[in-house]
Amino acid sequence: MNQPIRWFTFAAPSRFYALVNALNPWLWAIALLLAIAALYIGFLVAPTDATQGDSYRIIFIHVPAAWMSMVLYLAMAFWAAIGWMFNARMASMLARALAPTGALFTFLALWTGSFWGKPTWGTWWVWDARLTSELILLFLYLGFIALVSSIDDMVRGDKAGAVLALVGVINIPIIYFSVRWWNTLHQGATISMTAAPKMAQTMLLAMLLMTFAFWAYAFAVVFTRAQALALEREHDAEWVRALRTKGKELQ
Amino acid sequence: MSSAFSAVYARDLRLALRRRVEALLPVVFFIVAVSLFPLGVGPEPQTLRQIAAGVVWVSALLASMLSVTSLYTGDYADGSLEQMVLSGHSGFEIAAAKAAAHWSITGAPLVLAAPLIGLLLDMSASALGTLVISLLLGTPILSLLGGLGAALTLGLRSAGVLLILLILPLAIPTLIFGAGAVGAVDAGQSAAGHFSLLGALLILTALTAPLATSFALHIALE
Repeated sequence: MNQPIRWFTFAAPSRFYALVNALNPWLWAIALLLAIAALYIGFLVAPTDATQGDSYRIIFIHVPAAWMSMVLYLAMAFWAAIGWMFNARMASMLARALAPTGALFTFLALWTGSFWGKPTWGTWWVWDARLTSELILLFLYLGFIALVSSIDDMVRGDKAGAVLALVGVINIPIIYFSVRWWNTLHQGATISMTAAPKMAQTMLLAMLLMTFAFWAYAFAVVFTRAQALALEREHDAEWVRALRTKGKELQ
Repeated sequence: MSSAFSAVYARDLRLALRRRVEALLPVVFFIVAVSLFPLGVGPEPQTLRQIAAGVVWVSALLASMLSVTSLYTGDYADGSLEQMVLSGHSGFEIAAAKAAAHWSITGAPLVLAAPLIGLLLDMSASALGTLVISLLLGTPILSLLGGLGAALTLGLRSAGVLLILLILPLAIPTLIFGAGAVGAVDAGQSAAGHFSLLGALLILTALTAPLATSFALHIALE
């Protein structure tokens, strides 16, 4: 029997709600276990760096956070575009739910980078190309959040957010290269982050484990936020009413 | 040039001519903002010369963003924007005409005022020339991006601040290459590379921003 794949099964908020309820305990468990494993390897097993001492160990949070910040922006733009093109309610809600988590990871990357910069570079901040473009990414996230939350009409907010996110995606490479050229022209930052020595196997392992932990965390939090958005938007729908009566019976 | 483009463009210019003082406000803001910097940073000519290009560019950027907020609000309030969008002419043309009108009313005066402002900051003649050309290429980009921001924030309560938050990150490449052109000339290099990049940005923005603006207008008027 060749059953066609049903791509849109979970585009219905009610089914999405049930799916998240089933998935979330697992996601949280994976996030916790992987994070504990990554921290254990990163702080207790991985060797001390020859030049940077123990201060480098923040890399196990810093680099995964920076990766997540970029991936989540792409995911946000993708779901916003899908929601706009196909009028898919759940996709727009997912885009809205992704934005705060993306902004959080961007902030985390900047914050940990700053903590790392103080002992190794001797300063909290340099106008290095990567730092600057990460800061601009944070501005893009904040702009998206500010725009969608200040439009009262839900549908208009979703669509306007999609336009902004897509324009942002086109601009990210332009911004990144312009900042890089600006940096080389100014010759401001003499310290470069790219001169990282070849990494030991254990360090790479800890970083990858933390990345997967962040992935699981991001999925869990974003799904929960999307659930809340779905409940709020569909508060009159049949499935939400059914949930409400079920909740009352349990009391 | 099509009739819709020239009609919208001519209409906006005529409206601006009827309110001359209002149309001049961005230039006045520009001049006042630039003259605050020596008061804050200190009057040493050496320092001023070093920061001049950046100060002029940032002030021009802010002047464009502050003035572009009202690009669509008047037409939105009296319903003529809706008529324009429903008229069957392409939204691309209307958005492009609006941005072109904004540039003619605010961008061009900024370019004209820039040499004068540059003199206040003790810029050299060659740097002044480069500054004018970089503004000539860069301010249309700001008007186009600003038009997109104005359409996205149309009718919102805090439209002005929101527009600046949305558009400033997108305007960063323009700022970098615009101010960078003057920096290159000061360092004894050619500014041709910066001008080429600004020109490329202008072409890209002119082809894409009106399209996004027209989408945003349709969304706002739904």
